[in-house]
Amino acid sequence: MKCGERSFIFDNSVYVRSGYTIVGDKEGKGNYGNYFDLVLSDDLWGQKSYERAECKMHKEAILGAMQKAGINESDIGLMLAGDLMNEIVGSGFAARDFACGFMGLYNACATYGEALLLGGMLISAGYEKYVTCSSSSHFSTAERQYRYPLELGTQRTPTSQWTVTGAGCTVLSAEFGEEGFPLVTAGTIGRVIDMGVEDEGNMGGAMAPAAADTIITHLRDTKRDASYYDLILTGDLGKYGKELLQYILADEGYDGINNLQDCGAIYFTEDQKTEQGGSGAGCANTLFNGYFLKKMLQGKYSKILLVPTGALLSRDTPLQKETIPSIAHAIAFEKK
Amino acid sequence: MEKERYLKLIKDTSPKTKMARTLVFSFLVGGSICCVGQLVSDIIMLISPAMPEIEMKMWTTIVMIFLGSFFTGIGLYDKLGYYAGGGSIIPITGFANSIVSPAMEYNREGIVFGVCAKMFTIAGPIIVFGIVSSVIVGLIGMFFV
Repeated sequence: MKCGERSFIFDNSVYVRSGYTIVGDKEGKGNYGNYFDLVLSDDLWGQKSYERAECKMHKEAILGAMQKAGINESDIGLMLAGDLMNEIVGSGFAARDFACGFMGLYNACATYGEALLLGGMLISAGYEKYVTCSSSSHFSTAERQYRYPLELGTQRTPTSQWTVTGAGCTVLSAEFGEEGFPLVTAGTIGRVIDMGVEDEGNMGGAMAPAAADTIITHLRDTKRDASYYDLILTGDLGKYGKELLQYILADEGYDGINNLQDCGAIYFTEDQKTEQGGSGAGCANTLFNGYFLKKMLQGKYSKILLVPTGALLSRDTPLQKETIPSIAHAIAFEKK
Repeated sequence: MEKERYLKLIKDTSPKTKMARTLVFSFLVGGSICCVGQLVSDIIMLISPAMPEIEMKMWTTIVMIFLGSFFTGIGLYDKLGYYAGGGSIIPITGFANSIVSPAMEYNREGIVFGVCAKMFTIAGPIIVFGIVSSVIVGLIGMFFV
């Protein structure tokens, strides 16, 4: 059921059936290293290139999630997947090993949110029974695509973030599975917002307004208070981006929201020198599936609003003096 | 929130590079690399005292380029660059790093369109500016000196 300007409350139950995550070595040494399903000791994972490694991670994440949900390839009606590589090859190449329907998505680091929203809608409307929602990113594929060669001796700007090497997959279903898993109950589709930030080294600054807009729209559309959720979890704004988000929310009259957290800001430890924290299409995905979903199962949280954020730029657009448009989607997970 | 006010907020509050620390590191590392260069030329002079100065300088440059490439190859130069910034970019070892690092990165795309084509993605502008400025200086020298 559509609700307000850009939000939905799902009429029929959409169950989260499983979540599976694969991350790289650095991520495994981060704050949540113990919670991921598979931590790789080598970011190449025995492959000839980092691109191939990311494809393999993406594929194995989908397989892992299917296995955890206790379903087979033939049960999956549709795979919704995306990543950061040009022409989203990470997802397309991973999907060639499955005999399932496939739709490739791109909303930069908000791709996971896009997949969950679409998957939820299709299941709630009765078009699909099982949908996989996956996304991935890899530090080494992102560096060469958006920035510099790995071995180039450059300094990172203080506002920069570290692309997470990780792939994660969530299986959504119309059928009830295991006790304790949350349902996807509502969502808000984000709109593209460009506040004129030009610095591609400051993604948090570019994305914070989009996150604020989506959170405010969600609360207004659903007539919920921020305290309705145990946690409002943004994707990869980073430490500074999270501060900006709090400032914008307060400025718009939503002050005193004390249950905000950002996946990127808490992903790595201080010693790992990631400046503002993690980012990438695998950031919100792996931390939600790896840590927060498990904590929901254990009963620590019962309502989480996940707001993955994405900056919709390419390597060339900042050189062409374009500003950075951004987007954020919101998905509500609730235990009934 | 209005655009102008938001951009001003970012300008005022975004974390800035710690200039003092960066400059000190850059000075120390850049200076050390130059000292290594001096050491190399002294050693060359010791080995071959009869070598003309211009040839000695050429050999020093070759050795420094080798060292820059070597430490890029074993994955140490980028770690140095993380702390040193300009201190490790400006010496000729940094130039070697800027050529070798894309060459390594694009090794997987093959020799011609990978290594050879991408080798100059970072260093290309330096070569262009070097050649253009040498032509300009040469012309000035030809007519006025």
